[in-house]
Amino acid sequence: MEIYDILFWILSALAVSCALGVILSRNPVNSVMFLIVTFFAISGHYILMNAQFLAIVNIIVYAGAIMVLFLFVIMLMNLNADVEPQKGQLVQLAGVISGGVLFLVILAAIKTAKTESMDKTSTDIGLITNLGRTLFTRYVLPFEISSVLFLSAMIGAVVIGKKEEAKPSKEDESEMKQFL
Amino acid sequence: MLLLQIDTALIIEKVILISVILMGSLGIAMYATWGERKVAAVMQDRLGPNRAGPFGLLQPLADGLKLFFKEEIIPDRSTQVIFILGPCLAMLTALMTSAVVPWGPDFVTKSGHVISFQVADINIGILFVFGVVSLGVYGVMLGGWASNNKFSLLSSIRAASQAISYELAMGISLIALLMLTGTLSLREIVAQQHGFWSDGYFSWNFFKQPVGFVIFLTCAFAELNRAPFDLPECESELNMGYHQEYSSMKLGFYLFAEYINMFVSSAIIVTLFFGGYNFPFMDQVATAVGPLLFSAICIMALLTKVVCMILFFMFIRWTLPRFRYDQLMKLGWRSLIPLALVNMLVTGAVIIWVIKK
Repeated sequence: MEIYDILFWILSALAVSCALGVILSRNPVNSVMFLIVTFFAISGHYILMNAQFLAIVNIIVYAGAIMVLFLFVIMLMNLNADVEPQKGQLVQLAGVISGGVLFLVILAAIKTAKTESMDKTSTDIGLITNLGRTLFTRYVLPFEISSVLFLSAMIGAVVIGKKEEAKPSKEDESEMKQFL
Repeated sequence: MLLLQIDTALIIEKVILISVILMGSLGIAMYATWGERKVAAVMQDRLGPNRAGPFGLLQPLADGLKLFFKEEIIPDRSTQVIFILGPCLAMLTALMTSAVVPWGPDFVTKSGHVISFQVADINIGILFVFGVVSLGVYGVMLGGWASNNKFSLLSSIRAASQAISYELAMGISLIALLMLTGTLSLREIVAQQHGFWSDGYFSWNFFKQPVGFVIFLTCAFAELNRAPFDLPECESELNMGYHQEYSSMKLGFYLFAEYINMFVSSAIIVTLFFGGYNFPFMDQVATAVGPLLFSAICIMALLTKVVCMILFFMFIRWTLPRFRYDQLMKLGWRSLIPLALVNMLVTGAVIIWVIKK
């Protein structure tokens, strides 16, 4: 076993056990913490594949921004195990069925996928120069379309989050009509 | 079984470098607390600490000892593990950033062995700094939440929203800088700012990106929770802020992490905008003195700039009043982000039509 394999197994075990921790822990804050550790383990996998850019962007975007917002919302709502509403049996059954279907789809996808082993010595696949070159030449159209999608999502969020301006009430309007 | 295919000399070298940098940042942060009290004293026409040792130089040691000997209280209704994790995370993220700062030029020994004064020259240096900065908010958030105190919770929510808002402007202001340098590696960015004057213009990035520098500096103040943006520890509204329930050395960690953050972010600002270890006429100096002395002078130049930057942080703190929370958000979202976007567009236009790379 080389250091590469040892690191791979450690990171994999960490990722899987923390992912289980996310769904098994009762306290939502603990779930968020487990999810953060899972993201770190996945970033470690990216680094093992020498995709430094992907690794750090995963940490900045997911662990640094999205998880902070998750934590933010959970703290504001102050969720606890004892105030959590108990779900009915029907809902639980629906959850089991939809989860099982998703699991089957993923299993089928993995079974037919071709796995090519990575060449550990090729050290420049995930570096930012190569990534940028590929994104802006070969995949420039999907890249631009996804950026337009993000922009529209952003504008949508601004529109939803905007305070509604106070409309003039009917009395004001009738008063205005008197002047007109 | 060969686990690591790296020579032992490199490991020893890096371990020594890491411990020196760690001790150095702790030491500088320690004396930054002393410096802050002296600066405050000068500004308020007082003497400041002057009892422990000459000029009160032993004051930080006395403070540290006091914090160590205080009773450690963990509140009854707190979430204990996360309560302890909070200050640890604050300290950890404060110390991690210094790994990518190049502290001096490469030193070549007589046998041709190259010693680098940078712990890790990674391809994505600046993004690493960003990653660590974006994690820095967890220490405050988790600590404030786990205390089970509404003032702490309010303060940690303030800290989180402030950090997220100012990270955006910070990132956009840096994009303009990165378009000029064309690299993310801090070592290359410093190498491009060699000396002080090249090709008929200043070589330091401050003179190429003054607007970007102002935006970055403002955001750094906000990310550090320093006055005038120290709303998370606004004592008139929140008693003490997120560390209200903390005592003993856990409180010390929170307070100390702020000073380490200040030191490291000063080092990053100096590296990005003020040429890092470069100084005017460095080529002439390099030929005049030996390589060992030259490396020492370079490191001293960097540290001098960092100390100036820390003093600037302190002057601002004791000069400007604290912002109101809506003013803080308005400044971040309505002024700094549009300004950073315009700066990015202008820089792009200049690169395409004037410099013509």
